[in-house]
Amino acid sequence: MSLTLTDITLTYPDGDSRLTALDDVSLFVPAGSLTAVIGPSGSGKSSLLAVAATLITPDRGRVLVDEVDTASMRREQLTALRRERIGIVFQQPNLIASLTAREQLQVMAHLAGRSPRSARGRAMELLDSVGLADHADRRPHQLSGGQRQRINIARALMNDPTVLLVDEPTSALDHERGAEVIDLLADLTHQRGTATVLVTHDHAHLDKVDQVAEVTDGRLRIPELIMVSARP
Amino acid sequence: MEADALYVAWRDLRFAKGRFALMGTVVVLMTMLVGLISGLTAGLGRGSTSAITGLPADHLAFAAPSEGQKLSFTTSDVSQQQWLQWQAVPGVRKAEPLGVTTTMATLGARTAALSAFGVEPGSGLVPANTQLSPGSVVLSTGAAGALDAQVGQKVTVSGSELRVAGVAGDASFGHTPVIWTSLADWQRMAPAPNESQSHATVIALTTTSGADLAAADQRLHTSTVTTSDSLSAIGSYTSENGSLQLMRGFLFVISALVIGAFFTVWTIQRSGDLAVLKALGATNGYLMRDAIGQAAVLLTAGTAIGAAIAAGLGAVASAAVPFVVDASTVVLPAVVMIVLGVLGAVLAIRRITSIDPLTALGSAR
Ligand SMILES: Nc1ncnc2c1ncn2[C@@H]1O[C@H](COP(=O)(O)OP(=O)(O)O)[C@@H](O)[C@H]1O
Ligand SMILES: [Mg+2]
Repeated sequence: MSLTLTDITLTYPDGDSRLTALDDVSLFVPAGSLTAVIGPSGSGKSSLLAVAATLITPDRGRVLVDEVDTASMRREQLTALRRERIGIVFQQPNLIASLTAREQLQVMAHLAGRSPRSARGRAMELLDSVGLADHADRRPHQLSGGQRQRINIARALMNDPTVLLVDEPTSALDHERGAEVIDLLADLTHQRGTATVLVTHDHAHLDKVDQVAEVTDGRLRIPELIMVSARP
Repeated sequence: MEADALYVAWRDLRFAKGRFALMGTVVVLMTMLVGLISGLTAGLGRGSTSAITGLPADHLAFAAPSEGQKLSFTTSDVSQQQWLQWQAVPGVRKAEPLGVTTTMATLGARTAALSAFGVEPGSGLVPANTQLSPGSVVLSTGAAGALDAQVGQKVTVSGSELRVAGVAGDASFGHTPVIWTSLADWQRMAPAPNESQSHATVIALTTTSGADLAAADQRLHTSTVTTSDSLSAIGSYTSENGSLQLMRGFLFVISALVIGAFFTVWTIQRSGDLAVLKALGATNGYLMRDAIGQAAVLLTAGTAIGAAIAAGLGAVASAAVPFVVDASTVVLPAVVMIVLGVLGAVLAIRRITSIDPLTALGSAR
């Protein structure tokens, strides 16, 4: 149970030439650990996440989710993989306006072909674990930015993913709310044993993470190893 | 269906109530208009054609029109020789002359414009259970009502006095009620171009499938069409029906386009949500089902209400104007509306498949 990126190179078309967004990047994220990816804007952090999320196919290199190579998978298989194994926490909460907090989570069960009704209990449990059990019936416009971001996180965990990918979750939050969200992510990662990648340009809360990787101009470097061991 | 089948679509319908109510109202009004036009078309059509569609005959033989002319009940004239010869054609079980003309009838102070159908005594073309002989007339209920006539009274038709032998059926032709007379009495109202011979307007044929109608037409200088095709030979019917059907067709097309436009805008507007759902693992099939289901709910509800209002208004109006409320004027247009609407929506919703889930990542939302 882990996420492995091996020798990933990703280019985007850029006029007549191509722009290299990721240059020979390798990263191993074991289950139950939190890896922070830092780096300046435009360095390739979101691109790295998109590759890990199978939303974009790299020019070279391999993505292994739970030791399974995604290269040979067809589009429908990748969609199913995202639905069942990969949780994505978007930079903007990206909640559906017409759904209540609980329904944002229940729809994840529906996507996977399960009854939303039977997923009600799990949705409530997850809302409770992000501290929003008493906001279950509110819609996004009735919630604060921090609360929306917590629901965004709870939604990503709904189908019990083994990999959790989080893109700058604190960018729209103040310092204190940001710290709370990082704490929450660290706790959830250790509780649920997910292989979590947290993209952030906020260096403030890095004491909570197990591994820090720095991206500059598409190249990845691991400057300090805080702790790489997987926890149960 | 509510909670489970269309999970997001159903909640969008309730959440964006105003928008969907607006579109729903358009569907209601369009369906109402189509329903009203359908009922009126059928009503007017019935007033023009019911005497012909009700004939117990499968084909009508007209005098062959001269080059470039269309079949017409007004100009057709067939001779006795022609119908006697038609009776001898193999596969023709019955060939009966039928005279058709417009005329005036008077009873006391009342005068009415009528269509007189002349038939041979004993012919099966008069409504069942009525007796017709020279000097007598059978009235449709419409004619009896217009003249306030009772059985046994004498009615003056084109100068001759005819005794009312019966009142039966509500046949109508070219928007006038029908009366039936003997062929001899009819010929006095509509003298032949060639005085010497007995004549009529068309020959009503009852045929078996083996009859070679084309060969007989060729030999006997007639032009034979099915009873339903002969309706186009009724002048008023073709022009009315044509323009009303055209209007109805346009309304269907406009509805499909408006619904297509609405769902195009709606799909573009929620493409952010759709990208997020795709990134979270929704398949194109899931999202298409959801969106098409939403369109179907909107259309079904809108057309049901619109059709119900049209049927209600039509039932009230049918006292004053010709209006038919039945499955073909209420249910059929509603079903066509739903099918065309869903088609328009599907064309709009297809763009879901081209939305890139990658756009859900990053801040560019
Ligand atoms: N879809 C795209 N098409 C072309 N260029 C892109 C696309 N996405 C990102 N880029 C470019 O790739 C580089 C890395 O972008 P990104 O991964 O978004 O960086 P970060 O998340 O660190 O800010 C940037 O130069 C950006 O302009
Ligand atoms: Mg980014």
